[in-house]
Amino acid sequence: MKTTQQLMLAAATAAVLLVSALPAAAQTSEQFIAIPSYRVGPYGTNGQSYYGGYVDYLNYLNIKEGGVNGVKLSWEECETEYNNAKGVECYERLKGKNNITHGTAINTMATGISYALIDKSVEDKVPLLMMGYGRTDAVDGSVFPYAFPLVTTYQMQISAIVKFLANKNGGSLAGKKIAYLYHDSAYGKEPIVAIEAEAALGKFKVVEIPVAHPGNEQGAQWLRIRQENPDYVIFWGWGVMNQTALKAAQKVGYARDKIIGSWWAGSEEDTVPAGDAAKGYMSATWSVSGTSVPVITDILKVLYTTGKGNMQDKAKVGSSLYNRGVSAALATVEAIRTAQAKYGKGKVMSGEQVRWGLENLNITNARLQQVGATGLLPEIKTSCENHEGSGKVKIQQWDGTKWVLVSDWIEGNKNLIHPLFKASAAKYAKEKGMTPACLK
Amino acid sequence: MLYREAGQFKTSYGADSQIFPIRQDRIGMALLLAVAFIVVPLTGSEYWFSAILIPFLVFALAAMGLNVLTGYAGQLSLGSAAFMAVGAYAAYNFQLRIEGIPLVLSFILAGCCAAAVGVLFGLPSLRIKGFYLAVATLAAQFFVVWVLTKFAWFSNDSSSGVISTPKMDFFGIAINSPVKKYVFVLGIVCVMAWLAKNMARSSTGRAWMAVRDMDVAAEVIGIPLMKTKLLAFAVSSFYCGVAGALYAFCYLGSVEPDGFSLDLSFRILFMVIIGGVGSILGSFLGSAFILLLPIFLDQVLPPLAALLHLPFTNASVSHIQLMIFGGLIIFFLIVEPHGLARLWQITKEKLRLWPFPH
Repeated sequence: MKTTQQLMLAAATAAVLLVSALPAAAQTSEQFIAIPSYRVGPYGTNGQSYYGGYVDYLNYLNIKEGGVNGVKLSWEECETEYNNAKGVECYERLKGKNNITHGTAINTMATGISYALIDKSVEDKVPLLMMGYGRTDAVDGSVFPYAFPLVTTYQMQISAIVKFLANKNGGSLAGKKIAYLYHDSAYGKEPIVAIEAEAALGKFKVVEIPVAHPGNEQGAQWLRIRQENPDYVIFWGWGVMNQTALKAAQKVGYARDKIIGSWWAGSEEDTVPAGDAAKGYMSATWSVSGTSVPVITDILKVLYTTGKGNMQDKAKVGSSLYNRGVSAALATVEAIRTAQAKYGKGKVMSGEQVRWGLENLNITNARLQQVGATGLLPEIKTSCENHEGSGKVKIQQWDGTKWVLVSDWIEGNKNLIHPLFKASAAKYAKEKGMTPACLK
Repeated sequence: MLYREAGQFKTSYGADSQIFPIRQDRIGMALLLAVAFIVVPLTGSEYWFSAILIPFLVFALAAMGLNVLTGYAGQLSLGSAAFMAVGAYAAYNFQLRIEGIPLVLSFILAGCCAAAVGVLFGLPSLRIKGFYLAVATLAAQFFVVWVLTKFAWFSNDSSSGVISTPKMDFFGIAINSPVKKYVFVLGIVCVMAWLAKNMARSSTGRAWMAVRDMDVAAEVIGIPLMKTKLLAFAVSSFYCGVAGALYAFCYLGSVEPDGFSLDLSFRILFMVIIGGVGSILGSFLGSAFILLLPIFLDQVLPPLAALLHLPFTNASVSHIQLMIFGGLIIFFLIVEPHGLARLWQITKEKLRLWPFPH
């Protein structure tokens, strides 16, 4: 007993000494970007590709251009394991690392963590990026000044999917039946209000079928789909649920080219494990996969021939999630650039200034071409009223080995969907007792 | 030498039955409280409050709740997270729907709601025991999350089922900064810990322990089984409910039903096991161990790796963390199956004899 106690004492002393020798805070002359990422845990494989792309782009920009207008980018990752509590801890830790930038723009790629950070980020003046997901009513910048669900929200996305299907059917879905198969969580439930609005407008019927987390048991749901025999299945799944759905569809003999998933359900991580069953399956996406995009080709050349790439599996460079990570980093960098254009080129931007940059983003196709990202992501133009800035997705189809695009950018029905956000945001403002106002 | 009770005589019933019979303990406790209430708020950083101290206190409270049920009354439960969820959503709804309700009152009512749900799921304990009861309480885990997801009313018709907590106000003082939140949580936890300690050493606690040790014998000597067991469930769920409300209001600020998963229940159970079953102090120690060790390792491992020139990525740090964590749990359970609280007790006993052990 005595020796164990002495051992423990020695270990504790050593640890305390080590902690006191921790490196000092990040340098203030660099634009420090906090990255609460997940590379282990239930969605670790998705995170590896996504954050691999994110870090690669930052690194690439440092090597290629020495950062943004001469301001070097620095960053630190913190593992959240997709866990809300850990995510909050990471956020608190990272925002203190640099007392000017406070983490620049935080992108957790997790709805739960983002929700937990929305209020904190306003207090701390750290912009919160939720590219393609998140608290969707944050599109209204007068209520959510620091939250940015850039590119597409779930509602606009499902609206775009409905538009795509309508186009396929000669412009109207009237009289058709659509099954909405969804993960029974915040993520899967958010689009329901939008698809119901679309159904009322387009006069088609919606059958809502929830799947319990994590979704590896879908027998009953697919039996129901077989009974209802809908014209299309719109699929809002993630993680293990996606491949299970594709396999189950094959089992009950439901045509995969009539299933269309959200962008969370449209990566190689979903289709490759499903094998044969995935062929013909379609999904929405806001970032195009493949290595043919100039910036991805260049990243391969600059980083991966010199061994500086972040991905351990080089083959995954150019996969959907990797390119999504690059897109997210690109948008962050463009926000810093926009902020610098107003507040001084070559200076380190604070969280408040980056927020302004995000609210005044204008990534045109010409700009995308300049940075070598033509066709990688849609044009983004934000304002205080519209933190989404785009609302466009493309539809892609799995041909058995890769994703093939089957549509151009499709914009959801903004006139129908955006008032829903506005109403939801107003309700939130009332709950919190705040007066909506645009920040200058 | 310092820790000796020679010369301390108890001359009244009051002196004999106080919580800390030894003077050094009383002084130590007063010092600890002074540090917690005065020194820490003055010196701590925002990171410490928001990411470490508040969750530590909240989980200590939840562990205390489970400890009442599992440690003192011997009823195994896997539904702690569900009771936390009830507390969180109830407090949110009281704040939202009753104009001007004091925050503390809504927390107490939230605790009562959780207690009611706890009693409901505690009913099977009258017939079944041990692992079977664990399965019954597991039902609470799934049922509560299902109800909160299914009925949008609980989340004020939020399309996603996620609630965002309103502004907090403690009799006119806005609780808006991390320091204020910390002091607020600390206050509640201290009061509840004091109540729990007293409950445990009163006749209620003795009845719980009698039921835990041998329920047939307890019934024979006249302890009403139903009342005792259900009371344990009610008190335990009350604690978990208040912890859930604090978790939502003071820590995360926004919660979704899925956040109160089985995983969280297990974490609380581990806190009780590591900290010490049937000990109030153990709840704090267990919470500290489970919460702080990963953060500590997270801080220590990368510099250590850099020192030894090992190529560590974030992911490997996370994996190593899990390994060390698992290893330490096994180590503790072998060396001291009664948890950290028992180690502390042994240390105290040794100190009382030091330097002349017999």
